[in-house]
Amino acid sequence: MKLTKTFLASAFAVATFMTGGIAAAETLRIGVEGAYPPFSKKEADGSLSGFDIEIAQALCAELNRECELVEQEWDGMIPALLARKYDAIVASMSITEDRKKKVDFTEKYYDTPTRFIAKEGAAFDLTKEGTAGLKIGLLRGTTMQCYVEKHFPEADLKLYNTQEDVFADLVAGRLDMQLNNTLQALDGFLNTDQGAGFAFLGENLDDVSCLGEGTGIAVRKGDGLSAELNAAILAIRANGTYKTINDKYFEIDIYGK
Amino acid sequence: MEAEQSFWAYLSAFSETQSPLDFVLIYDNLDKFFEGALVTLQLTFLALLIGGLMAIPMALARANKISVLNPIIWVYTYAFRGTPLLVQTYLFYFGLGQFEAVRESFLWSPILSDPWWCVLIAFTLNTAAYTTEFLRGAIETTPRGEIEASVAAGMSPWLRTRLIVLPNAFRRALPAYSNEVIFTLHGSVIASTVTLQDLLGVGRWLNGRYYLAYEGFVTAMLFYMAIVFLITIAFKAAEKRFLRHLRPRVG
Repeated sequence: MKLTKTFLASAFAVATFMTGGIAAAETLRIGVEGAYPPFSKKEADGSLSGFDIEIAQALCAELNRECELVEQEWDGMIPALLARKYDAIVASMSITEDRKKKVDFTEKYYDTPTRFIAKEGAAFDLTKEGTAGLKIGLLRGTTMQCYVEKHFPEADLKLYNTQEDVFADLVAGRLDMQLNNTLQALDGFLNTDQGAGFAFLGENLDDVSCLGEGTGIAVRKGDGLSAELNAAILAIRANGTYKTINDKYFEIDIYGK
Repeated sequence: MEAEQSFWAYLSAFSETQSPLDFVLIYDNLDKFFEGALVTLQLTFLALLIGGLMAIPMALARANKISVLNPIIWVYTYAFRGTPLLVQTYLFYFGLGQFEAVRESFLWSPILSDPWWCVLIAFTLNTAAYTTEFLRGAIETTPRGEIEASVAAGMSPWLRTRLIVLPNAFRRALPAYSNEVIFTLHGSVIASTVTLQDLLGVGRWLNGRYYLAYEGFVTAMLFYMAIVFLITIAFKAAEKRFLRHLRPRVG
């Protein structure tokens, strides 16, 4: 009996150790990006701000947990979650089948369309043949990468580490088109001085298998956190916190239907 | 054929059940890694070749303290050895692209708009700076006796440099140069930050495409190790040949 107890105790200790002591630590660590305005950006003093950041903070307040925001470049987002650098990702991550093989998602917390941007007046034909050889820039490891590789396999795809670099190269003329989230594109580029002379091209893209079913919060597989976060998302939707944050950044309700 | 299939079945099963790495995915994308390795090797060795050729006259100018050139070259090597290669690459790639004058110049569309050229220029200037300085060191440590003997034999300064000073300086610099070659290879990963699909670029592409943590990096790592292994062997052989006189005489 005593032996069983000792065994259980040490097994528990090992289990706690292997989960990185998350059960013990009250602090919830949330992975965020910092170069995707207005969802996340860095202020001049180095602090993070943006829609994702404020939603993350509101969810923490709702859950009554201490939170620590951990900044991470986009292409290492899921690997760092799996490596337990943080416990949840609030970084405009679309819910897709491919990602679900690696992580669990909450229900969506917003849903906005994806669309190309090119020089004003450019008339590229958005078909497999029409995009052959065109230089299309986008953020590495995004739903957009999946979309372009699937639908426009003959395009000259250029992958970047941050969205800001994509815009810089679009302006510099190294790219014919870029692809990303429409709201991010408006606030981060088209409505800024940098985006003068550029415009959306074609319609909103439609392909759930690549682009996903809205934007959710990713957690490690089997982590009960997603249920808690789902409740928290619904709670901030109901109590008006979501609306306050939403209205600060956008004219429309980006939660979608 | 049958053995191949069973090995394949074994690999698939192993990848799916036990292994932390998905070997099937790596195998399926090996051709991309070879293409990436080609980009890496091209950039590394072109930069080393051009940078090495640039370094010879600069090292001679520094070692002989040629009046105007010496301080200019010193400023150049100091600037390129004193700043990170990543910063230099960004300056050439994103920095120059900011200026409309650059974008409208004749250099833009064939060269500066292309990440491959930007990276090659940055790598070349970087390795040339390092090579200049240690080649200068090697030239300056030429034994006095060799110089005196060549003067006594009536050699002109140019003939002396060509036949005595430079060949012996190369010999002295050879072991250190293998480090420069390996560092340049390692530094070439910076190409992936400006959209080039070099070895690391392919690794990051694979990780990004399938949301993986390790597969792309581990595969790229093995490729780099293989390349470094070959470089080390090549230098061993070169040292055996060119530094023969330094080995103890046997028999």
